[in-house]
Formats: sequence, structure tokens, C-alpha cells
Amino acid sequence: MNYEPSTLAVAIFAVIVAITLGISFYLGAKAKSAKAYFAAGGGIHWFVNGVAFAGDYLSAASFLGICGMIAFYGYDGFLYSIGYLAGWVVALFVIAEPLKRLGRYTFADALDAKFNSPGIKLSVAISTLAVSIFYLIPQMVGAGTLIKPLLGFPHWVGVVSVGAVVILIVVTAGMVSTTWVQFLKGGLLVIFSAVLVVMILMRGLEAKPASFSTGADVNVQSLLAVKGSERLPDDGPWKWKPYVRIRDEQGEISIWRIPTEPSAGKHSPDIKLNPTQVVRTGPDGKKTTRIASLPAGEKHQLQTVGRILALPAGSSQTGSLSPGGYLSTFSASTIEVWREETITEADGTKHVIYYPEAKQGSDLLQPGNLPAFKGIRGDKLFDKLNFLSLMLALFCGTASLPHILIRYYTVKDQASARKSTIVGIACIGFFYVLTLYIGLGAMTSGSLDPTNSNMAAPLLARSFSEWLFAVISAIAFTTVLGTVSGLIVAASGAVVHDLMSSVWQFQMTDYEKVRSAKWASVVVGIIAIVLGILFEKMNVSYLVGWAFSIAASANLPSLVMLLFWKRTTKQGIIAAVIVGMVSSLTWILLSDDTFKGVYNLPPSMAPMPFSQPGIVTIPLGFLTLIFVSLLTPRPTAVGTATTPVLARRA
Amino acid sequence: MAGLDQGPAEPAEPECEVTVARNAQYGLWLFALYLAVYGGFVGLSAFAPNVMGAEFFGGVNLAIWYGFALIALALLLALIYGWLCRGLSAASSHTTGNELNRTGGGR
Repeated sequence: MNYEPSTLAVAIFAVIVAITLGISFYLGAKAKSAKAYFAAGGGIHWFVNGVAFAGDYLSAASFLGICGMIAFYGYDGFLYSIGYLAGWVVALFVIAEPLKRLGRYTFADALDAKFNSPGIKLSVAISTLAVSIFYLIPQMVGAGTLIKPLLGFPHWVGVVSVGAVVILIVVTAGMVSTTWVQFLKGGLLVIFSAVLVVMILMRGLEAKPASFSTGADVNVQSLLAVKGSERLPDDGPWKWKPYVRIRDEQGEISIWRIPTEPSAGKHSPDIKLNPTQVVRTGPDGKKTTRIASLPAGEKHQLQTVGRILALPAGSSQTGSLSPGGYLSTFSASTIEVWREETITEADGTKHVIYYPEAKQGSDLLQPGNLPAFKGIRGDKLFDKLNFLSLMLALFCGTASLPHILIRYYTVKDQASARKSTIVGIACIGFFYVLTLYIGLGAMTSGSLDPTNSNMAAPLLARSFSEWLFAVISAIAFTTVLGTVSGLIVAASGAVVHDLMSSVWQFQMTDYEKVRSAKWASVVVGIIAIVLGILFEKMNVSYLVGWAFSIAASANLPSLVMLLFWKRTTKQGIIAAVIVGMVSSLTWILLSDDTFKGVYNLPPSMAPMPFSQPGIVTIPLGFLTLIFVSLLTPRPTAVGTATTPVLARRA
Repeated sequence: MAGLDQGPAEPAEPECEVTVARNAQYGLWLFALYLAVYGGFVGLSAFAPNVMGAEFFGGVNLAIWYGFALIALALLLALIYGWLCRGLSAASSHTTGNELNRTGGGR
């Protein structure tokens, strides 16, 4: 797709960055102590903290990833929204107040409050770093995704520029500036997403039967009727694939898709064919694009896609719709969605084929369209377990994410922790309702980039106006800034407070702690930049799913058992954190999704029966803790703060 | 933004054991309620996707309504929890945990 750089978007983004950096430099003077740097001095107002929760949590994965997933696959993306929000229930009802009571700067503080064990600090610091890095990758990928339409620069420029700005924000004032950046970003994101949804509802839905992808009158006969054309044999990787390849007089090849099962009617000359958009990469690495329905001999650009083929009762336009009316009309419509398939030939030539598929709106509004969730419509138990596992990880993961947990230390007391979580739930819940409309709006807007689901929301905004596109893109960039800042603060806290200060026993003054944390932030920021460049092609929401699984498996069992089981020992906690982290990470690295998406190996080679580890590794964390705790001596007398909460009235 | 600005570092929070325990109990009950509703949603999606796809109300299927209901329920339960705990906090601000234990409870 050809993106035009948007000067307006750059200007708006520059203004937002200037404001956030101004806040950072202004507040930098107030953040000289370790408590100020790591926890904003514990003096943030609960309402600000609540909105900052939204700014921290509504990451690039939420905004770009979920909206993109809904735009391409419908309801399945909304399942992520529901799972992400449900996790806040765990945070509020189980974690918020005890965590505030037990900890000071880091998540490890809370787990170690009862034992003062370097082993706990070490294991939890490592898990914090692992989760933070996994969470950082999709944020940086999102930054790189946005830079193309904004400036026309390559992916890596976006990653590097966002990384540099975030490092600057964190280095100037730590958690103080991070909080205000997140507050600003959370507020802007929710407000402008609501504006976008209002515009979607006011525009309503419109059927567009004619498009470059309309292939109703094309069949093999008509294609071969053109002088000099010939059909290429269905050999090699093309065998049993639903495609017809036609080579014209100039030697150019167009690829058409048979809209039925591979074996049915493939050779029938009068079957209707759909045009495809193909990006071909030759053995020499040279890329060419060919759109089957456009004339040969011209330079082709991939076309934007996504349209309604037919509205209910044959109408062509609905006019403005209510929120309920939008969904019911969508449900009764026929939608053209685009799918992707890659075929690689023996000589290394790779064809990435984008093809249209007609779907009923009602089908898109129920679970099971996303490739990862397709199995829930089948009979295989492992496919269903994979889905259950992901939903469990999303539910348990939120309350285990280090960058979310440290936000509880920025308010003054447990009541503030509780109230700020309620504000966070209100903001985040409202935003997730909006994601459904933004995603469906993008699906039917004709503005989707078939190669990049992450661009769905900004491109939808562009279909309304350049101004809205500029604002939404700038906010999406700010979204990345807010979340990455929080992650870097969490990671640098783990390095300095947990590892250097507690495990390695470095004697540091407050000033030295802050200085070390700033250096740690720079290092973590650079790692994030490198990984953001390497993982360019992955859907950001999917990557966040990994972070949730690791966080839920490594952190949640220890935290819950420490709060509710007085027999919990330090050995039990260390074992549970290590087993949860290693098992979930190992499972992910050996899963079919990773084989396919990261190693480029056949998924069938993966040893794990399904991709999402949570349903196995979260219970494994609990069992490990119980088993090891029972094998080790009972903990000695403890203080009130660490007495399991339900034992306090005895 | 004066009222929302970053304040000075706070002293250690006085803690009322009864309040902590009761808050935790309320939290667990509400958590269990939400977990049951969430479990129903996930279970239906995994094992009866057709039920989720069936029209439920106003031309919109059960999957959409159930999803919206889960989001609304999270906020509703959060508000209820905040309301329940607010009462306890007020009580505990006037009396210490030991005093509450002597008098037989916080409420």
C-alpha cells in the first residue's frame, strides 16, 4: 500500500510529545529521591492514578491490535477486550489493597515483605524483566507500524524515535512523568475513540457492490480468451490450492482464486473467479505486486479493502444508526473480508496472496473466525483448550503485570488504590466497548490495508478526515509512549531495587539509586528498540497474549497464595515463580504459533499440543508452591501486614 | 488541577485488621460472582459457539450481549465493592483495629 506522509499528524504528535516532555522536565526537579523516582512519592491523586491506569494498560495492543483483529476477523478481537477487562476484577477484588499494604517500589517488595529473601527478589526480578520485555515488543512494533503513514519512514525509524522519546521521559522524572504521560494519553485515547465511534454511527453503513475485487464475470474461459494467455499447470505447491494462474502475452502472471473448496470444480472453465492481490518475492529478494483484476504492464500498488456487499432488504445506505441498530444491521449484512495465504515455490519464490471472501455479518459477530480460535467451532479438544487457556491467561494476567502493579505504590493508601482501580475499570471498560465499533467500522470502511491489521484504526480515521487521522495517529503514538514508559520504570525498578540493592547488596545512596535506575532505563529502552525492529511482522495483540501468559503463570500463584495461605514459604514462592515463568516461556517457544510465526517452520513440527500455556502453567505454579511449601519448614512468626487477609479475624 | 496534583510523600498508613479482613471477604465474594459469569461466557464460547451466535435481543446475538454484560458487570461490581468498603473505612478511621476487636467488630 502506498502511504502518503501526513504533515498534520506529525505536527499534532510533535505538540503532544512537546507537552509530555515539558511535563517531564518540569516534574524532573521533584523526583530526586528513589521513592519519587520509582513511586512518584506515593502522592498521586486516586483519580489521576485511575486514568493513568487506563493510559498504562490501554497499550498499542489494545488500540491497534484489538481494533485490527476485529476489523479482520470480527468478534474474536472483542474476546480479547473482554478478557483484558475481566482481569481488572482480579486486580480490584484480590490484589489492589494487599499489594499497596505490602510493597514499596516493586512487585518483588510485596512478595518478599514477609520473608526478606534475596532468592524471592532475584526470581521475581527476573520474571518482571521477562514479562516487561515481552510486553515491550508489541508496543515498539506498534510504534514502527505507525511511522509509515505518518512520515513515510521505514518501520525501524518509528521504533527508534519512540524509544528515544520514552527513554528521555523516564530518565527525566521516572514514575512522576510516566504517570502524567499516562494520564494525558489515557484521557485523550478514550475521548477521541468515543469521537470516532460517534462518527462511525453517524455515517452508518453503506453497500458498495462494485470494486476492483469484484470478479463476478471472470472465469477461466474469459481469461484464456485474451490473445497469448495461457493457464499455468497446478503443480508443485499449487497442487490442491484453490488458485488459477494465467500468464499473459508479456509473461506477467495473474492469480485468481476459486471461491470454493480446492477439490470441487477446480478445472471447471466457467466457474467464477475472484481476483487476488499478490506480493511476489523472487529468489533475488526483488518484490513485485500484481492485482489480478487490474491491467497488466502497469506498476500495481496494493489496494485498500473492506466493504459491505449487501445490506438487509437490498438497501444501499442506512444513514445514521444507533449503537444497537449498527450491530443488528451489520449482523444482517454480507461483508467482504480479506484473507492471506503464502505459497513458496521450490526455487524460493514466495507469493503472499490476499484474497476476498464473502461472509455473513452474523457469522463475523460470533466466536471462531480468527485462525487461532477457529478450532472452537470444531470437535478437537485441544483447540478448545487453547481458547480456554488464552482466556484464563487474560483473566489472571492483568493483576500480575509488573508495570500495572507498581502503579498501586503511587497513591497514598489502600482506599486510594481501590478507588483508582474503579476509575480505571470505568475508563478501560468504556474504551473496550468502543473497540468493537471501531473494528467493525474499519472492516466496512474500504480503508483497510490487507497487509497490516495494526493500521485499521488510524486508516479508518483517515476515511473520515485527514484531521481525525492526524489526531488518532498522534494519540496512537502517545499510547505507545505511555505504556512503554511504565514498562521501563518497572524493569529499571527490578534491576536497581531488587537486583542491585537487595540481591547483590550494593550499598547505594538515594541519589545513586536514581542514577542507576536511569542507566537501567536506557539499557532496557535499547533492548526494546532492537526487539521492536526484529518482531516487525507480528500482530501486536497476539504478542501481548504471551506476556499475559508468562505474568499469570509466574506471578499470580505466589501473590494469591501469600495473601490467602499462611503455610506459604519463601522456597514455595521462589519455586512457583521459576516454574511458572520457565514452563510458560518454554511452552510458548515450542508452540505451533511460534514455529510458524517466528521460526518459519511447519507448525506440525511443534511438540506442544496447543499454543496458549496458561491452562497448564498457571495451575502448575499453584501446585508447585503448595508442594514445595509443604516440604519446607513453616514460616516463622509474621507481622500483621503479611498475615493472610482472611486469617485476621480469627 | 490543584486538587489532583502530586502531593507530598505520605506517612505509613494506619491499618485496621477487621477492615482488611472484611474488605478481603467482600472482594472474594464479588470475585467469585464475576468468575462464575465469566466462566459461563468462556465455556459457551468454547463448547457452544452456535448458542453464542444465536440472535438474543434486538437483532443482536448472545455473544455481543454477553460481552457487553461482562463489561458492565465489572463496573457495577466495582462500584458496589467501593461502596461497601467506603463504609468500613469510615468506621475504621475513628477506631483502631484493637478497639474493634474488643467491641466485637467493625460494623
